[in-house]
Amino acid sequence: MTDQKPLDSVVLVKQVPDTHNITGDVMTDAGTMNRNALPAIFNPEDLNALEMALQIKERCGGTVTVITMGPPKAAGVLREALFRGADRVILLTDRKFAGADTLATSYTLQCAVQKAGPFDIVLCGRQAIDGDTAQVGPQLAEKLGIPQITYAETIVEIDSEHIVAERALDHGSEIVRCSLPVLLTVVGSANTPRPESARRRLAQKLAAAPGEYASLRQQWPEFKSDEELDAYLAARDLRIAVWTAEEIGAKEEQVGLAGSPTQVHKINFVVLGSTESKEVSPTADGIAAMIAELVHEYIVG
Amino acid sequence: MSTKAIWVFIEQTDGKIADVSLELTGKARELADPLGYEVVGLLMGQNVGKLAKRVIARGVDRVLLADDPQLAVYRTLPYSRVAIAEAKKRQPEIFLIGGSPNGRDFAPRVASALRCGLTADCTDLQVGEYTVKKENKTYPNLLFQIRPAFGGNLIATIVNPNTRPQMATVREGVMRMPAARRNRRGVVEELALEFEPGDFALEVLSRQMRHSTVKLKEAPVIVSGGAGVGASDEFALLRDLANLLGGEVGASRAAVDAGFVDRAHQVGQTGTTVRPRLYIAAGISGAIQHRAGMDQSSKIIAINTDPNAPMFQIAHYKIVGDLTEVLPMIIKTLRERSMEQADEA
Repeated sequence: MTDQKPLDSVVLVKQVPDTHNITGDVMTDAGTMNRNALPAIFNPEDLNALEMALQIKERCGGTVTVITMGPPKAAGVLREALFRGADRVILLTDRKFAGADTLATSYTLQCAVQKAGPFDIVLCGRQAIDGDTAQVGPQLAEKLGIPQITYAETIVEIDSEHIVAERALDHGSEIVRCSLPVLLTVVGSANTPRPESARRRLAQKLAAAPGEYASLRQQWPEFKSDEELDAYLAARDLRIAVWTAEEIGAKEEQVGLAGSPTQVHKINFVVLGSTESKEVSPTADGIAAMIAELVHEYIVG
Repeated sequence: MSTKAIWVFIEQTDGKIADVSLELTGKARELADPLGYEVVGLLMGQNVGKLAKRVIARGVDRVLLADDPQLAVYRTLPYSRVAIAEAKKRQPEIFLIGGSPNGRDFAPRVASALRCGLTADCTDLQVGEYTVKKENKTYPNLLFQIRPAFGGNLIATIVNPNTRPQMATVREGVMRMPAARRNRRGVVEELALEFEPGDFALEVLSRQMRHSTVKLKEAPVIVSGGAGVGASDEFALLRDLANLLGGEVGASRAAVDAGFVDRAHQVGQTGTTVRPRLYIAAGISGAIQHRAGMDQSSKIIAINTDPNAPMFQIAHYKIVGDLTEVLPMIIKTLRERSMEQADEA
């Protein structure tokens, strides 16, 4: 394997509200969700995608670039990516990106990936827990004009030209061989993401995007102005690159709400059916009465 | 101008049509009739022409048949190549795809190329009118793509007013399988196919399908556990009860994600939709994504320590208590009953 050329990966990640751990505080009295009460986390399967990219780098050499689209605070997941071993991180942030559906998102990511430079492999999590659509990966692959391997679980072989990967399907698995470049969507069972490295954390904990300077300066009052903080970070290679719609060359009519063919017609609160409901006491008698009723109605034989 | 059409992706594996595809032809028929649209099935594979009459029997008027050795097993690029080319040429109004692993690989690729909207995992589809006040414009006969949103406390109706086709995926079991009408007539149109060398960048080296022993959809009784079950060991209790009732074990997504039980058991919007005679929800709080997959059950028993669990609002029997105490009580009661019956006999 002396002729293995290094492989450059781009990983697309997303900061999501932690919808898996909804607690009582998150629900309002009206029964709606207070999104701000939910902690923002690194989308779980995107962590698996990052881990897979880091393993490819360890196997073949090359670089790992991590890109996210979101508000300035989404830089949080980029810091996490740095602590775990990413070489380079980029934040796509612009008011024009707001309200993007999966089509507009995949177009925006396409522009960014192409601006980021040549790549061999693009990776992302199979789906994000705040929407569960699993659409952005395949849509991005189409826009980049490269093949896709969805539900990637294991990389069996990889060299400069090809990848052999195992895909996890609902009722089985499939082993496929594909030429590079390729896009992989990675499932949660693929690996156990490595923890953050303490050394990297120490070295890069100050990494920040310009949109975060105001809040950062509250923690670091010694910086008298954004410019001062910016100069400090830039000198230490800790300024997280921020790209706007214009900088990635994205057409305004194809990003954000304007570039989203899907529109929300209406939102309904969930009205639960007025089921005739009986309270059953958790006692032997209560249970026996319930079973007797179910037997009588031929529900239980 | 040809007749407006609703397309359905007819997914087949080794000559067997996926149930979800036929469920969607039934739904397409229902949507098409009042509009006077044609229902078109896009059937791809190798030597699959013989399947066309089965598709027609389930409500399709026209089968577009793509039969080629290169289509023998599902691969993203050749399959989407055919669909994209035909959709550009024929301009369907609506395109429905089953939310299977292949369908969810195929649909976004096609939607991206056609630059049209796509809504994943719809739990209902309707046709209606949509008015944009700002533009003072009314769009008649749009596809309403209805799905839970934002953590599941809301139901969103999504529309694609300006792009065609209006695309949506739907999971298996959400729509009802239509009855087969053997004497239905339809047209089979064989497509001329053109591929590009790049379409074959990926080859499938091997495939291992295990036939799932979990048969949620047909089970008359389902005993489901959620995060509240707490550990995989305690799923044994659920299994005991399910066996006693001749049923199957189900699970919420939280239980699956926690690793308590295999994903094949998952009930809900992103799992299996079920309509059993009896559904027992143990330690399941009842997020709408879960309820969407089971709220049509004839009888629902909910067991939860939290009296405010949303699941109680759709349950016929509410048991506020610890499932590790309540389930053994139910098991004991049922065992005693069957022993009494044995004595009588």
